[in-house]
Amino acid sequence: MRFDSLLESLGRTPLVGLPRLSPSPDVRIWAKLEDRNPTGSIKDRPALRMIEKAEKDGTLTPGCTILEPTSGNTGISLAMAAKLKGYRIICVMPENTSAERRQLLRMWGAEIISSPAAGGSNEAVRVAKGLAADNPDWVMLYQYGNEANALAHYETTGPEILEDLPTITHFVAGLGTTGTLMGTGRFLREHVPGIKIVAAEPRYGELVYGLRNIDEGFIPELYDDSVLTTRFSVGSRDALRRTRELLESEGIFAGISTGGALHAALGMAAKAVKAGERADIAFVVADGGWKYLSTGAYEGTIEEAEAALEGQLWA
Amino acid sequence: MAIEVRIPTILRNLTDGSKAVEGKGATIAELFSDLDVRHPGLRDRLVDEKGLRRFVNVYLNDEDVRFLGGLETALSDGDTVTVLPAVAGG
Repeated sequence: MRFDSLLESLGRTPLVGLPRLSPSPDVRIWAKLEDRNPTGSIKDRPALRMIEKAEKDGTLTPGCTILEPTSGNTGISLAMAAKLKGYRIICVMPENTSAERRQLLRMWGAEIISSPAAGGSNEAVRVAKGLAADNPDWVMLYQYGNEANALAHYETTGPEILEDLPTITHFVAGLGTTGTLMGTGRFLREHVPGIKIVAAEPRYGELVYGLRNIDEGFIPELYDDSVLTTRFSVGSRDALRRTRELLESEGIFAGISTGGALHAALGMAAKAVKAGERADIAFVVADGGWKYLSTGAYEGTIEEAEAALEGQLWA
Repeated sequence: MAIEVRIPTILRNLTDGSKAVEGKGATIAELFSDLDVRHPGLRDRLVDEKGLRRFVNVYLNDEDVRFLGGLETALSDGDTVTVLPAVAGG
């Protein structure tokens, strides 16, 4: 495949079967390898779509400064695009995110403002909103509320999956900004009657939920629960266990949030087997494992890896 | 009918610092009422007149009860209920 530039090579990622982890020939699991995107994560899709939209409607003009709250991948995607397009970029990132993410951001020229670990991404959003108010000339694309985020998946991720797997019965992905599930979910619901859209939400250590009160909670503006069939909370132990299974059984080296999505996918597969129904379950490999090597996720016992992840934002 | 309920840090002032408490009830609503007897004020932090509070997520064996039966979700002996505040990802 030939492209005019790296940005043009976005998307059209492979969908690969999991012959060893699928429970039977009638209940199959398929992995959408989103690590095969320009900066190695699914976030290239929404990041580039948000920039494109902002350029089109005139909010983003040459020399502009982009500001974004991000736990990593969206920032990395935006930083790469900003480098190529000549924008300055500032990322507000919780301090409990992996060293690799910070290195990658700096490598692509992003400036990083750290937000407190307690409260996780909620705090990053709060800090970024404050900075945006103080610097009205900065452009916050705001992945949590930007329709272009969900639209990127509605226009690309969804159609790609349906084309490769017309017999799809379930779509499973991690829940963060909710963009992947909202966009892909809406598209698939319009084309596949009865499809199940399943969210796997990471359940972090206690520090991340250390809000001062419950009214400081955060629900992304993009979230519409009517798109989902159900939603699972997946703890770090299950996510780690599945991430390792994916590597050992199928050879796929994925990030930790992918283990969370696989956990939910395997749960849906077991339900289908029990009910005697056929199933083609597609789930998202949001990124590769490279950015999480320093967290210890792939070494030692699961207990050791789980302890090392405590308090970290691993998705 | 014993059900383990995991409590987030911000609500532990109502459970004497306990990370998990036990309760009983045939539904989530009954469970919360039962908990409120021993931990007065807890129910009010989880539920308002419209149902579950907006920034409160409740999971039955890891599944979000909003997609099951909400407050009327049926419980069985040995179930685990997890309460968490809504946080951002991404």
